Amino acid sequence: MGVRDFFDRIEPNFEKGGKYERFFPLYEMVESFLYTPKTVTTAAPHARSHIDMKRIMTYVVIATVPCILMGLYNVGYQANIALQTFEPSGWRAGIISAVGIGFNPANPLANFMHGLMYFLPIYITTLVVGGLWEVLFATVRRHEVNEGFLVTSMLYALIMPATTPLWQVALGISFGVVIGKEVFGGTGKNFLNPALTGRAFLYFAYPAQMSGDSIWVAVDGYSGATALAVSAAQGYQVLAAQGTTWAASFIGTIPGSIGETSTLACLIGLAFLLTTKIANWRMVAGCLGGMIGFSLLLNLIGSDTNPMFAMPWYWHLVIGGYAFGLVFMVTEPVSASHTQMGRIIYGALIGVMVVMIRVINPAFPEGMMLAILFGNVFAPLIDYFVVQANIKRRARRYA
Amino acid sequence: MAQTKREMLVDPLVDNNPITLQVLGICSALAVTSSLQVAFVMSLAVTFVTAFSSMFISIIRNQIPGSIRIIVQMVVIASLVILVDQILKAYAFEISKTLSVFVGLIITNCIVMGRAEAFAMKNGPVASFIDGVGNGLGYGLILMLVGFVRELFGAGSLFGITILETVNNGGWYNPNGMLLLPPSAFFIIGLIIWAFRAWKPEQVEEREYKIQTVEAH
Repeated sequence: MGVRDFFDRIEPNFEKGGKYERFFPLYEMVESFLYTPKTVTTAAPHARSHIDMKRIMTYVVIATVPCILMGLYNVGYQANIALQTFEPSGWRAGIISAVGIGFNPANPLANFMHGLMYFLPIYITTLVVGGLWEVLFATVRRHEVNEGFLVTSMLYALIMPATTPLWQVALGISFGVVIGKEVFGGTGKNFLNPALTGRAFLYFAYPAQMSGDSIWVAVDGYSGATALAVSAAQGYQVLAAQGTTWAASFIGTIPGSIGETSTLACLIGLAFLLTTKIANWRMVAGCLGGMIGFSLLLNLIGSDTNPMFAMPWYWHLVIGGYAFGLVFMVTEPVSASHTQMGRIIYGALIGVMVVMIRVINPAFPEGMMLAILFGNVFAPLIDYFVVQANIKRRARRYA
Repeated sequence: MAQTKREMLVDPLVDNNPITLQVLGICSALAVTSSLQVAFVMSLAVTFVTAFSSMFISIIRNQIPGSIRIIVQMVVIASLVILVDQILKAYAFEISKTLSVFVGLIITNCIVMGRAEAFAMKNGPVASFIDGVGNGLGYGLILMLVGFVRELFGAGSLFGITILETVNNGGWYNPNGMLLLPPSAFFIIGLIIWAFRAWKPEQVEEREYKIQTVEAH
């Protein structure tokens, strides 16, 4: 008996009037995860784009694969380098010693293994806690659980520092899913990016575990600033002297949140998203243009007291969360502007804001998260002005 | 007005709460709720001002010319606020410093003005007084709820008494720093409104638009 037959057999139980009617969203979630939905449109227009939500969401998850792999490697790599001087401790070290892989940073397998030990607990916590909220709301509000949550949970796990305590991971994804998405009506109605909402909550609620020097490398007691914090204090020129070359930042062997360090991996994901037309190139172009333009302007202005003014755009691109945010957060269609012209402005606004926060605001070394949330809030306003401009233009034409 | 005195007092607590239903007085609810003690004093102050301003305005309501009634109301309210401010400075100086400008800003609290204009101008002094007390208590109730959540989870204490020992003092509780920032009160008030409307569905506003469905042929 095939799986399809099994679903067909149990489906009547979940339909209206069936025994388990209340659990229809759960059934629907599993069924549509495994199979193409068989619902057909009952009213015009019958012609629909072949890129449906299921495909969009699945493709985004596929696009994160390079970031996941690179993240796993790098978390382990950073930890293993630090372990050359520190003693390994904790249950993770116990398991690794039991398997006998060791802590050699030159051994990719050992790095992957070590990274996996940090990523998996975070990811599983995210899936379980966030999934519970999704199913709860789906059951009470009678809407469907969809693949959107797979994207949210994956992105959320990738923007966590590897050392985040699991209860904070759970709290953050709860806030992201409930306040960032479900109170506004669920997938497709969220005006903020749920993954970023959750991270922003943690950032302001528990700054000790979400920022600073001691959290980026997953070894107790080890302290190492991110490339952004170093450049904010001493200027980007000292980075190379400390071992953080531009190439290392591009490939991603620097400390940072799990999935954000590798610009290369993000760009591979971007290429995939752009070829499949899941991501709209206008937002990416706008965001790149805004960032490059504004950092060139700041380079021109210059400053004697603030070394960040001198940071060139190609450094802004590779350090911090810029690349990850550009590829996976800025391009998120729901919380972005919906007009084509608006998308360019929206991207540019984020690009300018991220450089502004990084360079001019002394309180925050990294600005990508706040810049994107800022852009999310302004997206409807941008749309409004674009639409009004179009109305005026056409009115003039027929005047 | 067919309201009994009991309804005047009890209605503003949940059914017609000035913060959650009329969404008035939000500004001070964000600013003074990071600790319960301050929220409590603020609630008392607002209740006092609302009750007595409503009463006095009601007493002179037939003598006030319609065209300058707002100015007259402001004079009454402002006098009472100055009184409260001076009393706090004399007997509770520490709290007065924490509340700082927000005592003075009771003058601009929409609840006080709203009750004076909407109720006291049309009703007798006793009814107006009770209505003012009721609305002050409704405001205070929300303030205390918000303050409870913010102080307990943000600082691990209630009325300054430690309940959850924080990590910094050698305990186990890791305080949520965001709850000490004013924006967190927005989330909490939002959640309280959500809870109230789930409990009393008649408070839910009608949709501004209807989503139209296309019939299948």
